[in-house]
Amino acid sequence: MSKFEISRRRLLKTTAIAGAGLAAPTIWSRPAYAYTNEPTGSTVTLGFNVPQTGAYADEGADELRAYELAVEHINAGGGGMLDTFSSKALSGGGVNGKTVEFVTGDTQTKSDAARASAKRMIERDGAVMVTGGSSSGVAIAVQGLCQEMGVIFMAGLTHSNDTTGKDKKANGFRHFFNTEMSGAALGPILEQNYGSDRNAYHLTADYTWGWSQEQSMKTYTEAIGWNTVEAVRTPLGAGDFSQYITPVLNSGADTLILNHYGRDMVNSLTQAVQFGLKDRVVNGKDFVIVVPLYSRLMAQGAGEATKGIFGSTNWHWSLQDEGSQAFVKAFGQKYGFPPSQAAHTCYCQTILYADAAQRAGTFDPCGIVEALEDYEFDGLGNGPTLYRGADHQCFKPVLVVRGKENPTSQFDLLEVVDVTPTEQVMYAPDHPDFAGGELGECNPGA
Amino acid sequence: MDAIVLQILNGLDKGSAYAMIALGLTLIFGTLGVVNFAHGALFMLGAFCAVAVNELLTMNRVVLSETETTAWGSALEIRTPYAEVWFGDLGTWLIEWSVPVSILIALPFMLLVGVAMERGLIRHFYKRPHADQILVTFGLAVVLQEIVKALFGANPIPQPAPDGLSGMADFGAVFGLESGQIVYPMWRLVYFLFAAAVIGSVFAFLRFTTFGMVVRAGMADRETVGLLGIDIDRRFTLMFGLAAAVAGLAGVMYTPILSPDYHLGMDFLVLSFVVVVVGGMGSLPGAVAAGFLLGILQSFASMNEVKSILPGIDQIIIYLVAVVILLTRPRGLLGRKGVMES
Repeated sequence: MSKFEISRRRLLKTTAIAGAGLAAPTIWSRPAYAYTNEPTGSTVTLGFNVPQTGAYADEGADELRAYELAVEHINAGGGGMLDTFSSKALSGGGVNGKTVEFVTGDTQTKSDAARASAKRMIERDGAVMVTGGSSSGVAIAVQGLCQEMGVIFMAGLTHSNDTTGKDKKANGFRHFFNTEMSGAALGPILEQNYGSDRNAYHLTADYTWGWSQEQSMKTYTEAIGWNTVEAVRTPLGAGDFSQYITPVLNSGADTLILNHYGRDMVNSLTQAVQFGLKDRVVNGKDFVIVVPLYSRLMAQGAGEATKGIFGSTNWHWSLQDEGSQAFVKAFGQKYGFPPSQAAHTCYCQTILYADAAQRAGTFDPCGIVEALEDYEFDGLGNGPTLYRGADHQCFKPVLVVRGKENPTSQFDLLEVVDVTPTEQVMYAPDHPDFAGGELGECNPGA
Repeated sequence: MDAIVLQILNGLDKGSAYAMIALGLTLIFGTLGVVNFAHGALFMLGAFCAVAVNELLTMNRVVLSETETTAWGSALEIRTPYAEVWFGDLGTWLIEWSVPVSILIALPFMLLVGVAMERGLIRHFYKRPHADQILVTFGLAVVLQEIVKALFGANPIPQPAPDGLSGMADFGAVFGLESGQIVYPMWRLVYFLFAAAVIGSVFAFLRFTTFGMVVRAGMADRETVGLLGIDIDRRFTLMFGLAAAVAGLAGVMYTPILSPDYHLGMDFLVLSFVVVVVGGMGSLPGAVAAGFLLGILQSFASMNEVKSILPGIDQIIIYLVAVVILLTRPRGLLGRKGVMES
């Protein structure tokens, strides 16, 4: 019987030759792309990177619903806010003659997982744009990656100043508002309702968004004459906040500002109410609680505790403008309930990207950047809006909301008490809270 | 002074949850020698028993309004809980008291879950190394939390305490202090008393019943008890069920304090293991004592006066104490010789 023998050196040689042989056709036939993932067929792929697991999974699911709806409207003849959008470049037959397809990823609300997921969508699935997310930490991480890889990043729900401040990037765009705008919108309303002589105690989530929110609220409450008694950092996901709430009782503070979002907001607000803070009278004034960033999904989690509490939000489904009504109708008919603010911002970002690509006549990131910079539009639910070129931040009116005393349904939890005009929440591009970073040049990759 | 009393109360409250979870963990470890990383998930399952009971009681009869429509054009749904339709005031009372009422469901359910877990999975890992036990129970915990997430979503679901127990209690007045000087949420006091009752009952069960005596003998020397013709395995299986029930009850009653979500168990698991290690592996009184001790220390470390001297101490205090105790008393506070020592 013959024996087949092969040496290690020969095996390596054979493998290398075979590998080169197999790879050769693809190397020689690979076209020269003008930019990363330039679409060559009849479709173009977008990457929807949302939290599908983890604490923000419900918000992520709502974002995904909005993305699917936006793609449906872009590809299949319009509908929703595409019909009310001021730009009429999109006709409902795809973008630049291509049908929009999408892939999804799970950010897990972790920066490393979100980057890995975005990278996979860009490298493996050929996404020309990545969008989504429910956390500023994630948004900043993915925005950095998209800048490096030469694709556009249309941020989802991210509220920290840093996203379009010190961490801004030329390839990144944010439709959502930020903590500076929340502070600017809330300040006058708080003064109007609670006066200018208050002692405020801050509980702040100990990460980038929390610090940013605390700074903005301090700036605007101190500007109306309030005194900051204490600002205490709480670990992210603390669960039981009782040990942080009890010191408030003896601090002389008559106002508690909860710079928390998500589970932290639900827990800290619920527990603050349990400790009777809303029923207290301090310095002859009724004790009040403020939650600077509200979301309907979080309000659902906190239940009764939200009643009468002020906060700000990017958009709310009860708005009566034509765009909001068209979006709520399309979303409600498809899914049976109204969209969240996260869903709204994600829908807008997809429409804005598609419109920019259509107007630019290309998916080249530099073409998109040029089309979006200093672009003014209307009809997407927030009134006249500007995508400022200097920092890629959208400027539009901000909603001040309050927890509704008598909700008529499980979705009817917040009432809009003021629509703060854009001029009041606008700030200069060189505002000190946004300093420290450069937008840089757009990167087309390839 | 008031601040110190309040932080002690906070600590006792937090410690109650730690102690009940750690008690179950120690029972399982002491009887079966299994390191159960799914114990936090059992706490979470208990909490979701309360959620499920509340959702059952608030299942609605839906009537479509003939005059009003939603913002998206469909007829507005007018919802009335069936419990109120069928039982009137009793239904309203049941909904309001759904958290305490759900104990009646959670107790047998968690016992069953514990027994099923032990018979169906854990017993196959008795003779395997601790690392294998940790991996399989951790995997089980992940599976359980994903099932809960699929059924109930990822958002926290608030469970209000009954009206009569949701206000503030004038704690200071009980000790002759000025009225209103020290007030504390009534439900948190109820939770502490409930935990004391559960922990006391478990100790009494082990101390004063024949079943408990056999179990304690089995924990001390399993082989000899077996040689006496006693089916110690069956008793240990029931102890697993009991430990699961204790964790479950701790979870049910904790829901008005912390709105439950699927990740609740993981939040408590790591801390509870530290509690077990600090208390001493296999020591039931050690687990309870360490639970309360670490709960109180965690509360004090969060005081602004302490944090101004040692910033960030609130986030590491438990682990710092664990390191100090393990360095000075390697078997923990009340640990026995020979447990987890080869």
